Amino acid sequence: MEQSWRQAKAVFASMGVPPVFWLVFFFLVPLAVVWAYSFGTNAGPTTIDLTGTFANYSRSLQPLYFQIFIKSAIVAGITTLLCLIVGFPVALAIAFAGPKTKTWLLLLIMLPFWTNLLIRTYALIAVLREQGYVNFTVEWFWNNASGLMTAVGLQPLGDFHPMTLLYNNAAVVIGLVYVHLPFMVLPLYSALDRMDRSLMEASLDLGAGHLRTIWSVVVPLAAPGIASGVLITFIPALGAYLTPDLLGGTDSQMIANVIERQFKRANDWPFGAALSFLLMYLTFIAIAIQAVVQRRGEKVGAA
Amino acid sequence: MSIAEPVASIERAPPSKEKPGPLEYLRRWPLQAIVGATLIFLYAPLITLMAFSFNTSRRNIVWEGFTFDWYGRAMSDDSLVQAFINSLTIALICTVVSVVLGAMSAVLLWRFRFPGKTALEGSLALPIVVPEICMGVAMLVFFARIFPWPAGMPWPLNLGAITIAHISFSFPFVTTVVRARLASFNRELEEAAKDLGADEWRTFWDVLVPHMTPGLVSGALLAFTLSLDDFVITFFTAGPDTITFPVKVYSMLRFSVTPEVNAASTILIVVTILFTAIGLQLQSQSEKQKPNP
Repeated sequence: MEQSWRQAKAVFASMGVPPVFWLVFFFLVPLAVVWAYSFGTNAGPTTIDLTGTFANYSRSLQPLYFQIFIKSAIVAGITTLLCLIVGFPVALAIAFAGPKTKTWLLLLIMLPFWTNLLIRTYALIAVLREQGYVNFTVEWFWNNASGLMTAVGLQPLGDFHPMTLLYNNAAVVIGLVYVHLPFMVLPLYSALDRMDRSLMEASLDLGAGHLRTIWSVVVPLAAPGIASGVLITFIPALGAYLTPDLLGGTDSQMIANVIERQFKRANDWPFGAALSFLLMYLTFIAIAIQAVVQRRGEKVGAA
Repeated sequence: MSIAEPVASIERAPPSKEKPGPLEYLRRWPLQAIVGATLIFLYAPLITLMAFSFNTSRRNIVWEGFTFDWYGRAMSDDSLVQAFINSLTIALICTVVSVVLGAMSAVLLWRFRFPGKTALEGSLALPIVVPEICMGVAMLVFFARIFPWPAGMPWPLNLGAITIAHISFSFPFVTTVVRARLASFNRELEEAAKDLGADEWRTFWDVLVPHMTPGLVSGALLAFTLSLDDFVITFFTAGPDTITFPVKVYSMLRFSVTPEVNAASTILIVVTILFTAIGLQLQSQSEKQKPNP
């Protein structure tokens, strides 16, 4: 049973003061300042008047910026969906593997997660650029196919033109999937691993096929895990800065890139502050939706 | 006559080589193909990156021959080495402080009932869920306007702003991990120690800390990796003289993709894997030593 703080005030204070002080002074105060700035106006190059205006927020809702919000949500949504499509079978295979294979596969999935994000993005650039390995492989097949066609007396395929795989929206989505796949696989795995397997066996015994069993038995049972996997992938993808910055083209900016520009090059802190708080509110809305889904899922599971 | 436990005889049949059991999904080819393709997708870029740090060709495209040259060049690039040392120093300080703060807040939340507990729990979850970019700009504004970190400090002290920012986003993760570990602690042990005459301090160190150790180790590992990995928040708090390894690599990437970057990245990957392996080893050891009922 938890103790009341009054029973050991000295212990309570010595345990509580350092972390609470740190959290308040080095985290909540900085956020509060940004929040206050979002209601301010630029009075000079380094001075901001806190005028209590909503102008920054109304400017965020102008089509130019609103579109970027929508676009970021769509990109993050596609990323999450792709991660789910790829991650679910992987998690299923790991959950039902033997104990030794399971440990190794989990380690293999988590290892890239411990590697620096910047390095992973850089590695992806080296593979996807015009003189990268994906293009080399395709070129090799192209030339061989071309040779084969000449050999059988057809027209050769013509010169190979490398595909532009980088600096566009598709590259951003590929990069985000690459980075966030482990986030999706791990919660899915832990949900599938805890599941009552006899239910699956029952479904298979009663004549349902594997796909049907997965769709109408496994997916509903693993719904809370799927919901948390979706959330844990969607949130960082929505606020991604590095991936669109390095892999995207001029039209693949996401909110985080716009925020960065307001704070660095454009030097419009109040507007940047408003944009970052809108991004934060979007994140909280996503968390709230997930909590509702989760609660409903638990009710269904209990019934 | 009793019905001698029939359940025991229904042992699961050993998996036959020819036909996978109904739930052995890993032995079905479509899933094998997906798992294989996923692993190739995850690893091919990283392995190519590491392989080409040993390539003699500067163009980073075709394999010409084996060399350690790029490592030599990366090591003789003073600013790169400095950035690397900065990153490791920040990560180590961040780990120590985060573990202490994380352990304290975890014990606080686990042990006490107090007004404002829900608010504290909520605020501790904030650094985990707030988008990196928002935290980055908050730190930028804080260190620019509210709490300017004195300029021109001698070496480890000039990293103060970055280190503080890293601790702010790392220690709540440690809190979560340690608190999960404390949930399995039997409070009667603590009472027993006190009944036997140990004071608060003694009970804390001899009873509670040994139980928390696996949580502290995995928390430390998490804090170290988070700090070493962070780019966005550092990008907003770093000054011209206080550059970390990811920020340095970022500026190198803006110019060109050279094998030096590959060499430097390979070193960081190896360092991270090494620390993680040591951490996991320590964790499994401390869990073995203290078998929990």
